[in-house]
Amino acid sequence: MSPVVEMLTSPLMQRALVAAVLVGACAPIVGTFLVQRRMALMGDGIGHVALTGVALGWLVGSWAGVVPNDALAVPGAVVAAVVGSLVMELVRERGRTSGDLALALMFYGGIAGGVLLIKVAGGTNANLISYLFGSIATVSASDVWLTVALAAVILGVGLGLRSALFAVSHDEEFARASGLPVRVLSMLVAVIAALTVTIAMRVVGLLLVSALMIVPVAVSQLYARSFARTMLGASVVGVSVSLVGLVITYWWDIPPGATIVVLAILVYGAAAALRPVLRHPAPVHDPHPEVVDDVLLADEPELARD
Amino acid sequence: MSALAGGPTTGAARTADLDGAAVPTIAAEDVSVVIGGQPILSHVSVTVAPGEVLALLGANGSGKSTLVRALLGVMPATSGTVRLFGAPLGPTVPWDRVGYVPQRLPAASGVPATALEVVTSGLLHGRRLRPPRGARARALAALESVSLADHAHRRVQEMSGGQQQRVLIARALVSDPDLLVLDEPTTGIDVPTQATFVDTVARLHDAGTSVVVILHEIGAFAPLIDRAVVLRHGRVVHDGPPPAARADHAGAHHVHEHAHPDPEPPPTGPTLNVEVP
Ligand SMILES: Nc1ncnc2c1ncn2[C@@H]1O[C@H](COP(=O)(O)OP(=O)(O)OP(=O)(O)O)[C@@H](O)[C@H]1O
Ligand SMILES: [Mg+2]
Repeated sequence: MSPVVEMLTSPLMQRALVAAVLVGACAPIVGTFLVQRRMALMGDGIGHVALTGVALGWLVGSWAGVVPNDALAVPGAVVAAVVGSLVMELVRERGRTSGDLALALMFYGGIAGGVLLIKVAGGTNANLISYLFGSIATVSASDVWLTVALAAVILGVGLGLRSALFAVSHDEEFARASGLPVRVLSMLVAVIAALTVTIAMRVVGLLLVSALMIVPVAVSQLYARSFARTMLGASVVGVSVSLVGLVITYWWDIPPGATIVVLAILVYGAAAALRPVLRHPAPVHDPHPEVVDDVLLADEPELARD
Repeated sequence: MSALAGGPTTGAARTADLDGAAVPTIAAEDVSVVIGGQPILSHVSVTVAPGEVLALLGANGSGKSTLVRALLGVMPATSGTVRLFGAPLGPTVPWDRVGYVPQRLPAASGVPATALEVVTSGLLHGRRLRPPRGARARALAALESVSLADHAHRRVQEMSGGQQQRVLIARALVSDPDLLVLDEPTTGIDVPTQATFVDTVARLHDAGTSVVVILHEIGAFAPLIDRAVVLRHGRVVHDGPPPAARADHAGAHHVHEHAHPDPEPPPTGPTLNVEVP
């Protein structure tokens, strides 16, 4: 068997590839809304809070005697991420000055809470490492199904309600004056961000989740003119770096999450460096529109006015 | 355009025959807004009849934008009631009949958006979360009406201030509203486009649209305006026929003061600065 066929037929690699493609597609779609809402760091905040959720799931699992003892870690992360993201959204809605501080408290509280609770649950910090930095090698069949289900929700909301979420994120005041359910839509963005964090946790890890949400958007907006194309381009970049990163780590023993993120940053560097060359050449025509002047110049005939 | 000349009389006549019978487009009673303990609006009552054009006047910081936000439910009123088309503010309001041009576009985020995308978002409302069929054609037509058809696929972030303002106008016009609320719509817009815009509003007015417009200079809108409400320190100090402009402000060398960074339009007509007895 050729090595490539061998890679593609390995059940472990198959599961990892499915997870990586879905995460690579979803994360930048949600990231586009977050960047547009000026909440680029929300993914990070959710990631930190989700760590407490992982440990909490572990704790509950060990009390209930579930086997294996981390069976409830992912559900715990989902619950904590959703609750955390909704709190962040409420803080944002209230006002920005105190919001900064509240977010910082959640960041640090999330990590500290996770480390403390995992100890109480009888685990060690080493148990947390795989959640912090990803462990795609341990993706189980049930993990893949959960990822598929959550990705379907994320894509359904993110793409199906794309226009409404765009309207709310672009101009909240106008959205309110149009009677759009601004609060519900904002919370939907928060919830799909939380779900994205939990499915990306296995692939890139909680500390690097946000990179996969934000960096592809940064790449795409260098070139795209429209919101729709930014989102599409970001998703293509996300899928590409996830796939390439995963394949690289199949051949070399390096951590997949970090590889994917480094690749994304390299793509950004290249895209930014090549932008002056690749982006549509400067228009040869005059960029000033052809309109009648407001003022009448002394040496022009009066008819220029009308 | 003939609509411009016929505007004021038809408007006044329509208001007269519907007086009492029709549901007012806007009925705001005793609206107060308090922000951070500061009273921004105090006991403001305003009614706009169907087809009426109401000008909202007052100095910078007098509460005009806040009043308009409270009327549209953008900013909750601390007390008082607002009804739009007879429905209390909330999901029962026919939001598809409302068009709003805010004073300015929110500060741009990094994600690009084309003029077409921004205008298309004007077709969404309370009960419609996805653009309707034919949205693209309608959005292009709205951009055409503000002479921006060539710029449909440009990033709004890269447009000039006046072009952005025209995109906002197109976004309000695209839904063909029965109530148009305009917060200084012609600020920063060149004179020919102002005239086109006033023509458009005149046409809508003839078709029965109610208009609330915040202005500092009545200028080209003068023939359209049926009634004026003047705010001072968050209170209504005048509600009736448009007051005369203050003569000493009509000169070309009078300095305009704006608290916000929008570019000034060129002085087109008498500056309105009202003397209330
Ligand atoms: N969100 C807010 N927080 C605190 N104060 C506010 C807020 N919005 C408005 N204000 C205050 O309320 C007052 C009225 O503001 P508003 O924007 O309604 O004035 P305006 O009449 O529209 O002025 P302009 O002609 O400059 O547009 C101002 O003193 C302003 O500082
Ligand atoms: Mg204002």
